[in-house]
Amino acid sequence: MSGHANAVSKEELWGGGQSPFSISYGKMMMWFFLVSDALTFGGLLTAYGVIRHGLTEPWPVGEQVFESLPGLHGSYPLIYVALMTFILIISSVTMVLAVEAGHRMDKKGVVKWLGYTIIGGFFFLGSQAWEWSHFIHGSGGGFQTAQPISINTVNEKGENVPMQLATGTWVHMTPEMGHAYEHALEGGHSVKLDGSSIVISHTHSGDGHGHADAHAGAGHAEAAPAESQTVELDLILNKYVLERKDGQDIRKMSVKGEEAVKLWNAMSPNTLAFGANMSKNEYGPQQYADFFFFITGFHGFHVFQGVLINIIVWLMAIRGVFEKRGHYEMVEKIGLFWHFVDLVWVFVFTFYYLV
Amino acid sequence: MERDDLIVNDSYSVNARHSDEEGVKIRKNLYFVTILLTVITVIEIFMGVYFKRNATFTWEAIKLTFIILTLVKAGYIVLEFMHLGGERRNLKYVVLLPYAIFIMYLIFIGIFEGVSVQEMNNSFR
Repeated sequence: MSGHANAVSKEELWGGGQSPFSISYGKMMMWFFLVSDALTFGGLLTAYGVIRHGLTEPWPVGEQVFESLPGLHGSYPLIYVALMTFILIISSVTMVLAVEAGHRMDKKGVVKWLGYTIIGGFFFLGSQAWEWSHFIHGSGGGFQTAQPISINTVNEKGENVPMQLATGTWVHMTPEMGHAYEHALEGGHSVKLDGSSIVISHTHSGDGHGHADAHAGAGHAEAAPAESQTVELDLILNKYVLERKDGQDIRKMSVKGEEAVKLWNAMSPNTLAFGANMSKNEYGPQQYADFFFFITGFHGFHVFQGVLINIIVWLMAIRGVFEKRGHYEMVEKIGLFWHFVDLVWVFVFTFYYLV
Repeated sequence: MERDDLIVNDSYSVNARHSDEEGVKIRKNLYFVTILLTVITVIEIFMGVYFKRNATFTWEAIKLTFIILTLVKAGYIVLEFMHLGGERRNLKYVVLLPYAIFIMYLIFIGIFEGVSVQEMNNSFR
């Protein structure tokens, strides 16, 4: 425990020849680096706040965007992010236990706890990879309306809820319908509206797309009639935003049948988006996806660096470098960095997912 | 091996040692902080899932609660895990004060700017 033991006079403390902060040079510089890095993250999160406050269109709601778990269907709002947060907190605890073991010159303890920290870091990185993949692929896709439109929807209780939609309102597809449609568009198949369904004809469009079918077709008779697939229109209103009307929750309103045809015909084709990338996303404002990629990406890059440095120090600890040196301060310094990464995540978690 | 990155010698680093008995006490405190951080996170998740956002006073209050809980978590991480609470007072101030001043100014100016941009967008739509 540095800093307690010495009651030194001011003159002696600042007179040179020793650290006025009673810590080593390396640790002090790590603190100064962390202050500057915290300003970077503070700047990013503030920029996010500026953009979010400046937009007039609704911002997607965290618990409606992030509600999936790997390998499971259904809605588990925020559970996955909570898990990631918990993993990072626990790896912070194992790190602080490694530092504590270092203060007792307990080599075995340091190696053990630092090892757990590295495992926690890998778990976090893996979780983030899955979350990014899920975010990029999206769940069904959606489009914006090209003109104002009024439709009738039915809520969970079976009551009619008339809705007036302004131009540019987001309409989403269910995963089943959206993925079929996305596939058809990617394959260059022809898509026709028939009643309240879309009919996807698996034909060769002749422009070089649909190569998957070309391969499959090679074995079959060339003249085989084109397979077609009928998918019922199954649309969702207010999928990612929270709307209320007359005190009623009108999120995730399912729209089928004739009303869905109206919405489908009101589609503005170039707004059609499946998942997210840097120029298009199904969640709403483009800045939403951009900030997601930048903030969580920059944080994830920090975690990655942290894991790399942890591994190096872990190997040094195993080889007994610090035992020879007489102290485990290096573990303390990388510990500061690791806790900082956890600290940043606490803020990202609140401002990106909760608020 | 001659080291040139330390003033005088490794005394600060070497003196940072503590005994096994002290270690037991320190670890007890760490477990307490762990449980506290976990409980706060669980509370935040429950709040995030169950409270619906309206443009009313209630949602503003919930938002404020989120921010306060976050700052409490951040405080425990910085002061206990990063052990800034146990450092000399001048180091605490050198780290925390410049950051607090800069970031409060940035947040003030940023949010102010954002809100007026939105007002402009609303009136010239």
